[in-house]
Amino acid sequence: MNTLAAIRQGRQGYVLSAPALALYVGLLAIPLLLTLVLSLNVFDYSSGINSDAYTFAHYSSLLGDPYFYEIFLRTMWISALTTLLCVLIGVPEAYILSRMGAPWRSIFLILILTPLLISVVVRAFGWSLLLGADGLVNQTLQAFGGSPMKLLYTPFAVVIALVHVMLPFMIIPVWTSLQKLDPAAEQAALSLGASHFTVIRKVVLPQVMPGVLSGTLIVFGLAASSFAIPGLLGGRRLKMVATLIYDQYLSELNWPMGAAIAVALLLLNLLIMLSWNRMIEGRYKKSLG
Amino acid sequence: MAFVQLENLGKRYGEIDAVVATNLSVEKGEFVSLLGPSGCGKTTTLQMIAGFVEVSSGRIVLDGRDITHAKPASRGLGVVFQSYALFPHMTVQDNVAFGLRMRKVPNGELQQRVDRVLKLVRLHQHAERYPRELSGGQRQRVALARALVIEPPVLLLDEPLSNLDANLREEMQFEIRRIQREVGITTLMVTHDQSEALSISDRVVVMQAGRITQIDAPYTLYEHPRTEFISGFVGKANLLPGERDGAGVVQVCNTGNGELTLSLRPEKIDLREKGHGRLQGKIASRFFLGSQWLYGVTTTLGELCVVRRNDGSAPLAEGTAVGLDWDAALLRVLSVDEVSA
Repeated sequence: MNTLAAIRQGRQGYVLSAPALALYVGLLAIPLLLTLVLSLNVFDYSSGINSDAYTFAHYSSLLGDPYFYEIFLRTMWISALTTLLCVLIGVPEAYILSRMGAPWRSIFLILILTPLLISVVVRAFGWSLLLGADGLVNQTLQAFGGSPMKLLYTPFAVVIALVHVMLPFMIIPVWTSLQKLDPAAEQAALSLGASHFTVIRKVVLPQVMPGVLSGTLIVFGLAASSFAIPGLLGGRRLKMVATLIYDQYLSELNWPMGAAIAVALLLLNLLIMLSWNRMIEGRYKKSLG
Repeated sequence: MAFVQLENLGKRYGEIDAVVATNLSVEKGEFVSLLGPSGCGKTTTLQMIAGFVEVSSGRIVLDGRDITHAKPASRGLGVVFQSYALFPHMTVQDNVAFGLRMRKVPNGELQQRVDRVLKLVRLHQHAERYPRELSGGQRQRVALARALVIEPPVLLLDEPLSNLDANLREEMQFEIRRIQREVGITTLMVTHDQSEALSISDRVVVMQAGRITQIDAPYTLYEHPRTEFISGFVGKANLLPGERDGAGVVQVCNTGNGELTLSLRPEKIDLREKGHGRLQGKIASRFFLGSQWLYGVTTTLGELCVVRRNDGSAPLAEGTAVGLDWDAALLRVLSVDEVSA
């Protein structure tokens, strides 16, 4: 304890954290700053980027163009829906997992985690094989006399693949909070006359809210900035913000515009996540400490 | 018929018998402790009564109603857990009110009953606190209040004091007894602490390896332990070889080979001057316990434990030769343990 206190007080603390700090500054802070500067540079289609001149033109065109609004709005609702579905699937799944017996629990936990070991690109291609015009789903539909549906390159395909990818990020934090519960508290509630459903609603759920909160923040953040899945399953027409940024950089070659959109996405994400965190934490902070 | 009746109650986990054909009757208003070493089946018995563990065989009857397979919620028993199992996200007030809310008790009455029970456990000033803001003893009393407020027919206490430090434990023993008396509630307590069981129960049930080995009032249990195990588990005991003399009176055999095993409590032995008394020995060790001195005395029958009241006189030094004496009527014959603990 004493050495810890000494480290906190002296300059030693800064020295000891310097390697991590350098890494953080070099890999996160500086690139972010460069992106911010880039987003303020003047761009001209004939002469390219003029790094000596600065302008807010990219931001004002971002604010003035309904085309961008549509893409931002789509990104937000797809991310929100993904988060909601992850809560609806992940929380019960984590609860069931926590109630499983000794061998099965570890087996299913590993099963939930294995998708993380497979590249997102591979999984996205897997979904496009399933959902494509000639995919397994449509073949099955036709075999039963139905007409084929357009599944691939729709928000549906993007959401379903995002949920698939993000689910572990919801299950793990919820599972961690469930581990901290005293199983006797559930028995106590039962003995006091509560039904199993009431026990879950009044005793279990409120206690795992911090886990659900972290889960939603992780899932929303990752979904809103996801690139591979919207790129592969949303196609050229169904754009999300990350694919839009990619297009600006590599098709339009308008780097400053791409940087401006990236900064805007970062700010919007921050705003949504911080206010969500405040809202939920405010409700549960007092009781859960 | 007794208020709570366990009839041939048994529990098997696979190949292992946790509780074997247990019979117990508890009268209304009685405070009964289940005492035994860990793994003796006492907690399993309590959990079967509470309804958290499925009964394998036998019956549980509560006030004439068979509750063997009833759901915990429908039994309406008050349970206090070893970990207290408070709801950490609710205030003391809400914790206590939980059972009443489940019973849809109207608000006015609910508030009254919560206030009354919080006064009973002396926590009415902490109603708005959260469990983590309370001390161990206070949490314990919240758990007690939460179980009592639903006015259950029976209160079940699972090692209620084992998480408290020694001073607080003693204080809470008296507190639990006071509350139990005041409410007049039938209570079953599980404990592995013999002093706890002796001090607050009307009757103590000793369990060993899934079986009940003795049921008696605390004083009788202490004075007349049935087996070697019980005499050693409940209080301290000196085990001596013994035999019956011609008149059928039990005597200690000084030669060391008797057909009987006798128990003699340490406080029942008198220390005399060297040469007097029934047995000669030498003080090998002494421990100061505050109100008492605990002596280890080496004799031809092995090392005996003797307890003397600290009456202010100088204690005997280690190495002193002494004579030991006792009233032969205080020797207890023990039967051989029928179960290995």
